[in-house]
Amino acid sequence: MSWLDSRSEENVLTTTLDQAINWARESSLWPMTFGLACCAIEMMATGASRYDLDRFGAGAFRATPRQADLMIVAGTVNFKMASRVRRLYNQMPDPKFVIAMGACTCGGGPYYKYGYNVVKGVDLVVPVDVYVPGCPPRPEALLEGLMRIQDKIRAMRQFTPNTPVTPPIPARTGWTLLPPDLSDPDPRRALEKQMAFAKRTKEEAVPAKP
Amino acid sequence: MAIVSPPRQPNTPTLIEFDVRTDEMLVNMGPQHPSTHGVLRLLLATDGEVIREVTPHLGYLHRCAEKIGENVTPIQFIPYTDRMDYLSAMNMNLGYSLAVEKLCSLKVPQKADVIRVIIAELNRIASHLVGMGTYGLDLGTFSPFLYAFREREMILDLFEAACGARLTYSYLTIGGPHDDLPLGWVGQCRTFLNYFKKRVPEYHALLTTNHIFISRTAGVGVLPKQVALSHACSGPVLRGSLDRRAGDPEWDLRKLEPYCGYETYSFQVAQPPFDDEHFGIPYRKPNEAVIGDCWHRFFVRMIEVVQSIAIIEQALGRYEKLQDEFLAAREKHLAEQAKRSPEERKKAEVAYNELLKTRLGHRVEPPRHLPAGEAYLETECPRGAMGFYVVGRADKPVVPLRVRAKSSSFLNLSVIREIARGCLIADIPAIIGSLDIVMGEIDR
Amino acid sequence: MSNSPPALPLLPTVEILHQLRERCGEAVLSVHPEALDPFAIVRPSALPEVMAFLRNEPDLAFDLLHNISGVDYLEPDPKKAAKAGFEPHLEVVYHLQSFQHRHRITIKVILPRWKDDQVGQLPEAPTVSHLFGSADWHEREVFDLLGVNFVGHPDLRRILLSEDWVGHPLRKDYEYPLEYHGIRGR
Repeated sequence: MSWLDSRSEENVLTTTLDQAINWARESSLWPMTFGLACCAIEMMATGASRYDLDRFGAGAFRATPRQADLMIVAGTVNFKMASRVRRLYNQMPDPKFVIAMGACTCGGGPYYKYGYNVVKGVDLVVPVDVYVPGCPPRPEALLEGLMRIQDKIRAMRQFTPNTPVTPPIPARTGWTLLPPDLSDPDPRRALEKQMAFAKRTKEEAVPAKP
Repeated sequence: MAIVSPPRQPNTPTLIEFDVRTDEMLVNMGPQHPSTHGVLRLLLATDGEVIREVTPHLGYLHRCAEKIGENVTPIQFIPYTDRMDYLSAMNMNLGYSLAVEKLCSLKVPQKADVIRVIIAELNRIASHLVGMGTYGLDLGTFSPFLYAFREREMILDLFEAACGARLTYSYLTIGGPHDDLPLGWVGQCRTFLNYFKKRVPEYHALLTTNHIFISRTAGVGVLPKQVALSHACSGPVLRGSLDRRAGDPEWDLRKLEPYCGYETYSFQVAQPPFDDEHFGIPYRKPNEAVIGDCWHRFFVRMIEVVQSIAIIEQALGRYEKLQDEFLAAREKHLAEQAKRSPEERKKAEVAYNELLKTRLGHRVEPPRHLPAGEAYLETECPRGAMGFYVVGRADKPVVPLRVRAKSSSFLNLSVIREIARGCLIADIPAIIGSLDIVMGEIDR
Repeated sequence: MSNSPPALPLLPTVEILHQLRERCGEAVLSVHPEALDPFAIVRPSALPEVMAFLRNEPDLAFDLLHNISGVDYLEPDPKKAAKAGFEPHLEVVYHLQSFQHRHRITIKVILPRWKDDQVGQLPEAPTVSHLFGSADWHEREVFDLLGVNFVGHPDLRRILLSEDWVGHPLRKDYEYPLEYHGIRGR
């Protein structure tokens, strides 16, 4: 596709082809069985009969990373396990996506403070696309995370890779509306407001007496 | 061309003749493999297809639980016990709570004990369902997995109604369950049990009497009784190697060292041999199965599920009686309090609280400080005997000096080096599945 | 139907402790029958003989070694150390049970935190892995997390942490690592 890179702009043909390819990709995401801890059981429950993952096309759990394009990191990642997580991520072919499932992968989880052997968030090891918080997240939450990955795929452009895109609005839930003292049309001012809010709440927080 | 002499008898070595030279291979069943038992790494030194030596490598899920136990209060540690054996989290909560209560010499109300028994046995059923479903998955069948999870979702609905969570509950805390069971929960539980009792023969038809399952598990991974005792195995792994008729005691901690009133419930302990009417079920052991093999360990779990149903039914009856008493006592107390004078009101309040603390309440408040001393308590979890060793400090701080969790899967896994010698590579998932290990418990 | 209550243990634990003290003499430093879990403190060098006696004696028959725990008795804050109520030391606690008679006993071994008081030299205790198969992995775990060197163990290496981990985390004066192979730790 390299001869198309610099020459084409977005036109009807490329957008339709993009849409077709993205539709094929998002409807057949094959996850890799990467259940580490308790979140693995909820991932299994998501794949089981009640919350069926197969109706999204993502039911074919592949054991080998070479045939998978979605890695759901479900469970706490250790320092001992981190090198294996990275190696498996490297073995996956492009395009690949990573869901960080559970509080432990989002930022260390309950082992944040006293866990000497816990990686504080799997994004220190692999690049993460979607974070699904929860301990463990409900199967519905994992399905929401999968649908956000599908939204992200819908924004991919194969034929016009250097054109700026806006990520699509999440199809089922829309954008989250932040309250006015946390949001602003200008992204820099919005960030400043959010940081001021975080600082204020941290200063006002008084630890409970033991 | 290899010639294998059929059928494979247990206790006689497999005869394999080759006319090509085989080499020793080092196969790594890495920390990530489709067998759903978590992050376990097995190094298999094989001679062709026959295994010479298995070396398990642990620690890929070591989450520093014991260090955390020294830095948080006992109540705060209960969510961490959930995450150790996450398939039977209620039993882990119960084990830790009982150890701390033993240290503090705390007595819980009778109703709390009854609720604990109901919840713990329901979780035992849920855990065995997962163990059995994933065992089928390891051996290649997908249907038992889906059926098991269908039933398990119903149990998780019950737990969600009781405490709000599906997997890591933190419900059975120190002093009793966190909250009373909601209205109508008993009826829902009974509905589930009546539905589930009819489904148990389905599992037997899918797995226990399935001739493919039998040929993959009968005679495979025989664990002799002496090896099991030397490695201090417990739970179904040990019980599958004992023989009732040879005089072995029924090794179930709910019968040997009863807690939470288990001595008042009538149930049987699942222990081989399974070729007679002792358990009142129509299934018998196949001819190829020997005591101590994978099939027997699996069948012990199937019988335990049925026994758990019996215990829950007895406990539900008791809970209903106690709950009716509690509601009547509360009505009477509130009605009479309105008509009493202030000193009488205080006395009546004290008497009512006494009644709640000993009999009709669902929880007592545990003390703020742990006393000095140590307590070790083992409870019968679905995987074996889970022990908690709690050491308190003399200068009354709120955190314990040491919390040690002795996990049954840790010891159950250590026998694999003995029993996996001489089997084929394809037998390893069968053996690991029959040991029913959970890496969260092993690595803590 | 097996509803009969289980047989009571053959000997109460107090008697077992007294028998232990009589038979093993000076190997047993003290017995504590009044504790919640009655225990005996044994001299470290005599531990294998005491364990062999407990296992082989037909009346005692302690053949299940359920648990080996290491406990670090140290108050890291020097201001509170005076009120702690114990001197800094390490304890290794063995919980045993008999399969035949069902009684339980606890054996403790008291070790210094560092061998010969030299920081960095791990304290030594003899192994019991030749007597009990369960001691194998439990002793590896105590070595891994608390740094007790079990003399005579066939394969004493780390079991839960990575092979190249530095330090023994369950000790009270352990400093959390700032990073490990490029991943930040705090």
